[in-house]
Amino acid sequence: MDKYYSKTHEWVKTDGEEAIVGISEYAAADLGDITFVDLPREGTDLICGDSIGTIESVSASSDVYSPVSGTVTAVNHALDDDPGIISSSAEGKGWLYKLDNIDPTEVDELMSEEEYAEYLETL
Amino acid sequence: MDETLLKTPLADEHVALGARMVPFAGWFMPVQYKEGILAEHKYTREHVSLFDICHMGEFTAAGPGAAEALDAALARSVADQKDGVCRYNFLLNEAGGVIDDLIVYRMGAEEFFIVVNAARIAADFAELRKRLPASVKLENLSDSMAKFDLQGPDSTAVLTSLGLDAAALPKYYHWGKFELFGLDMLISRTGYTGELGFELYFDAAHAVDVWRKLLACPGVKPAGLGARDTLRLEMGYPLYGDEMDESTTPVEAGFGAMLKLDKSERVFVGSDALRTVPPKKHLRGLVLEGRRAAHTGTPVLLNGTQAGTITSGTFAPSLGCAVAMAYFDASAEIPADAEFEVELHRAVVKAKLAPLPFWTHGTANPKE
Repeated sequence: MDKYYSKTHEWVKTDGEEAIVGISEYAAADLGDITFVDLPREGTDLICGDSIGTIESVSASSDVYSPVSGTVTAVNHALDDDPGIISSSAEGKGWLYKLDNIDPTEVDELMSEEEYAEYLETL
Repeated sequence: MDETLLKTPLADEHVALGARMVPFAGWFMPVQYKEGILAEHKYTREHVSLFDICHMGEFTAAGPGAAEALDAALARSVADQKDGVCRYNFLLNEAGGVIDDLIVYRMGAEEFFIVVNAARIAADFAELRKRLPASVKLENLSDSMAKFDLQGPDSTAVLTSLGLDAAALPKYYHWGKFELFGLDMLISRTGYTGELGFELYFDAAHAVDVWRKLLACPGVKPAGLGARDTLRLEMGYPLYGDEMDESTTPVEAGFGAMLKLDKSERVFVGSDALRTVPPKKHLRGLVLEGRRAAHTGTPVLLNGTQAGTITSGTFAPSLGCAVAMAYFDASAEIPADAEFEVELHRAVVKAKLAPLPFWTHGTANPKE
């Protein structure tokens, strides 16, 4: 699967019309210890760029934006009990949700891993 | 970073330790080190942490009439304070509002050491200068004095491992003069965490050296202002600017009993207002359902109407849930079992009153 990043620090791995979404290691480190995650429900239709959830740490709160449009097919419920998984594995076990029916043209607008690394240098 | 931020002598040390630095009260301060707020919080409750608190201010007030003048200038008695004792106190305006909360260390009838909040150094100094007679010399030592907080149940063991005599260490809310690493230090058994701990004051020229030597002691880890805030909130300790300001009285902030207003006729700046104007609000503790922190200014609803306002809130690591402090209108009747609602981003969570402190297992002043 190919991996892409948004300027708001979400990552998306795509395979055809399916995708997995999470927040980048940079965003997770920036938030600090994560204490709470609010995610969209299965079956919800998300629109690219919409604020679709909240991630909170001890001292900060951050909105999650959907990097692509699609229908939520699965949510990472392991995060309900242990949101700290995002802090330790933001781009692995700390994935947020899976999507179907994504629009591949929206993926073209996102950054590749190399482009994202360059983008982080500018921050 | 913002060039206007002030730096403690340890700013480079914090950066080298991997701290995340943030602006706090005009200072460039570490909010956390590599392990993070939760780990630092837990480590302080169970072991011992070192905090750089050099941003806070220190004054001395010395000279004939110092005790009497401070007694009239501050909300709690200084006249009946014993030598060697630290006392939490308030500098009030005429309306009884809090200009600052501070700690007065009594060294003798004519000599006092005063510790004040970083953001209030200039205001406090100007106000105290006005209130003290010319015979009392008021000095601002804030720029030349370092303050480290060593906090946690193992902090006594750290000091004794460095050659201090355990029996000679100050008791709770007492202070003493010690020699540590060959330096003269004022050490008090005080803190802002609820755990057994000490505050160390010494010449800031040696701050980096002392910081490194203390961190080299087995078991001592650095902790940042993030953990300091979660630790103090679990204890229900007020933070100036959040729970107290010039429009809030200490009675409203929950310190009425401490002022003994009805037990004495002591006159001090603000006493008339405190004795005649009823409190407009009361500070209460809230336990929230779940883990989400409610932030400053969030309304607290009872049966759909606003009953209070959150002053500060956090996820409480030692309790596993979110807690907050909030002001409620003094005229409102709030049943002890009231079920409040707090509107957070995308959700409404339930909240209930809880006695302060939230955390009741602190080691700061164990019953012996």
